[in-house]
Parts: sequence; structure tokens; C-alpha cells
Amino acid sequence: MTLEEFTRALELEFEEIQPGTISPETNYREIEGWSSMHALIVIAFIDNHYDIILSASDLKQTNTIKDLYLIVQQKEN
Amino acid sequence: MAYQQINNIRIDGIVSCVPSGIARTVDYNIISKEEQSLFIKTTGIKERRVASSDVTCSDLCYKAAFDLLEEFKCKDEIDVLIFVSQSPDYFLPATSIILQEKLKIPKTCMAFDVNLGCSGYVYGLSIVGSILQSGQFKKALLLVGDKSTISTSYTDKSAYPLFGDAGSATLLSYNENTSPWYFNLQSDGSGKDAIIIKDGHSRNPYNKDSDELIEIDKGIIRAKKHLALNGMDIFNFALREAAPNIKNLLEYSKTSIEEIDYFVFHQANKLINESLRKKLKINLDKVPYSIDLFGNTSSASIPLTICHQLQIELKSNNCKLLLSGFGVGYSWGSLICEVQSVYTKLIEND
Repeated sequence: MTLEEFTRALELEFEEIQPGTISPETNYREIEGWSSMHALIVIAFIDNHYDIILSASDLKQTNTIKDLYLIVQQKEN
Repeated sequence: MAYQQINNIRIDGIVSCVPSGIARTVDYNIISKEEQSLFIKTTGIKERRVASSDVTCSDLCYKAAFDLLEEFKCKDEIDVLIFVSQSPDYFLPATSIILQEKLKIPKTCMAFDVNLGCSGYVYGLSIVGSILQSGQFKKALLLVGDKSTISTSYTDKSAYPLFGDAGSATLLSYNENTSPWYFNLQSDGSGKDAIIIKDGHSRNPYNKDSDELIEIDKGIIRAKKHLALNGMDIFNFALREAAPNIKNLLEYSKTSIEEIDYFVFHQANKLINESLRKKLKINLDKVPYSIDLFGNTSSASIPLTICHQLQIELKSNNCKLLLSGFGVGYSWGSLICEVQSVYTKLIEND
């Protein structure tokens, strides 16, 4: 999955967000209506697609969608 | 690994009892309408049952057990009574002993409590099965449930809207014409803080600070006497541990996913259970849910889901079930068992 595909696929998980609203550079915590529930959706999404489980401390190291993508790539290798 | 094979055990009946009081997520006004929608989408919980202040978990289990014993007319034959709960009536004596007398079960019955939550039904079946399989004891009553709503703070959005109250009773008997049951039971105390009530027992006895409400985060205000839940830690634990536990059990018991008719998972959170289902590549129609109407009912969630969703299937068919409970402790475990002609019922407490 490319960074762009990752961004679009993750966006689909947030059903209440209009498609095309977020980009790889988006700080996901600043998405309108962001809550701890969204963090669980992110973890489940990454687990389902990559079989990688991000911890709370992993998430703390990230701000943008790109950061998430990169940490997944790092754990994959 | 704590694998176990148990022979000669049969489930005769399962009755679950929920309070009649309903709390709807859309009425939980600590969170916004948008958060309510997201909560329902993520957890699956639309409503849950809440017991009134004068009703305990043991009252719900009593009602379930009374119905079951009336159906089978066997109270004089009960040799073993086990109450699995984290909301007993008193610090002491054990609630199981109070229930023995209340249910008018003979004094020849052994009775004891087990302190476990989400994994409690699977562990309870393992304990009962271990006792019964020798044939020295013939019938056992496993009472499982929790009144979790007594422990949560209304102003804690991370815990309050998740939990519902329920009790259950399962009648088991020694029977030589049954297939073996297979268990895989696990524990990890490093997760003790993921779900914990810190004050009120011997480590931190109840004191003047136990009632003090503290703002932990936005929308999370609770006291030390309340149940504290770290949603992300418990979510990670379940994603990490439940699937391997089940896969290992399938391998140990030489059973394929296709051979299992129904996978009844602890009703923790729809997102967790759906992730688990997808990891194991199980069709949706093999994974019954009851979390939408009852929330997370702790150890009662597996028998409650069976009574709510599988009544017809268990009554008429020979079903191979995989039951899996995971949560507080951390404690988790799975069981593969075959059941046939099981009496099931879901009742409401007035």
C-alpha cells in the first residue's frame, strides 16, 4: 500500500469525514471530532491490513498520517 | 501452555438473567451526539441493562439458577456450586455459599467463589469440568456474572457507557456419552492496571480520599473507588492475545475453523471482536453478537449471547462451539466443546 492509498483507506474508516479531506500531512489528532475512539479505529485498521499492533507509545511518536505510515513500514521491515 | 482436555461433561441448560432497566447510549449526555454515534459504531453498544440499587449480581444469578433448577427438578442432586464474579455480595462470606442456602440446595454441596471477569465463564467451565470428570460428583451449577455498573463513574466516558449487568446459571452433569472438551487458559499480571478498581480492598483500603472525583482527562472524571479502564491497553491486549490463543487451541484439539459451528466471543467491543473474526477468517454468521443490546456484561457475556442468539440452534442441533473470554487481569482462555439439546432461556429481573 502506498502512502496515498494508506491515507485514502484510513479516511474510509472514518465514515464521518468527507472523502479527500485528509492528506498524508494531516495531523490526525486535529481532525474535527477526533477522539480516543478514532485511535482504536486506527489501531484496528493497521492490525487488519498489516498484522501489526501499534501501542499507545507508538502512537505518541506520531502526529501525521504519514508518521503512521512510516512507523508501520519500520515495523514491517 | 495451560492446555486441558476434559471428558464426560455435558451442559444441560443455560439461563441468563438481565435487569429490566435499560440505559441507552443516545441518552448518555456526558458526550456529544457525534461522540454517541461514534461510540455506537465502534463498540456496537446501543443500549445495556442496569440493575437497580437493591439488586446484586447474585440476585440475577439466583433468578437464573432458580429457573434452571425448576426446569430440571434437580436441586437435591447439585454437588458443586461455583459463583464466578467480581461483584460479590460481601467481602465475606463467599456469595456461592449464600446462594446454596437461598436456592435450597442440600448442605452436601461444595460451594466456592472465583474472582474473575471477562474470562470467567471459560475458566468456570474448566473448573467445573475438572471436578466433575472423575464421576465422583454428578451435577454442578456454575453461576457467572457481574453488576459492573456499581463500580463505574457516570462522568467517566471511557468506562461508564460500556458495561451492563447480567447474571447466568449453567447446569452441568457427568455424562460418559460426550465428546472431549478442550481448553487453553492463560494469564498475564503485567496488565493488572488496564482494568482496575484501586481502592476498597486490602492493598488500598477504603479511605477518605477514595470518593474524591479526579479529572483524569477530558470527559474522564472518576474516583479511586471506581473502575478505571485503559481502553487502548485492553484493546491492544485483546488484538495481540485472543487470536493466537484460539489458533493454538484449534491446533491442540486438531479442529479446523470450518468444524466449529459458532464462535461465541466475550462481548467486549465490536471493533475488537470484528478484528478477531477477520484475523481468524470466520464468516460473520458464525459469530453471534449481543453487545448491541446488553453492552459488556463481563463474565456473563458468553452465556448471555448463547441464550439470546443460539436458543434454537442449541436446542435442536448438535453444535460444536468455540467460546473465548479475554479481559481484566489480564486473563484469557478458550474452550471447544460439543453440545446437544441444551435448554436455554433469557429472563428479565423485575
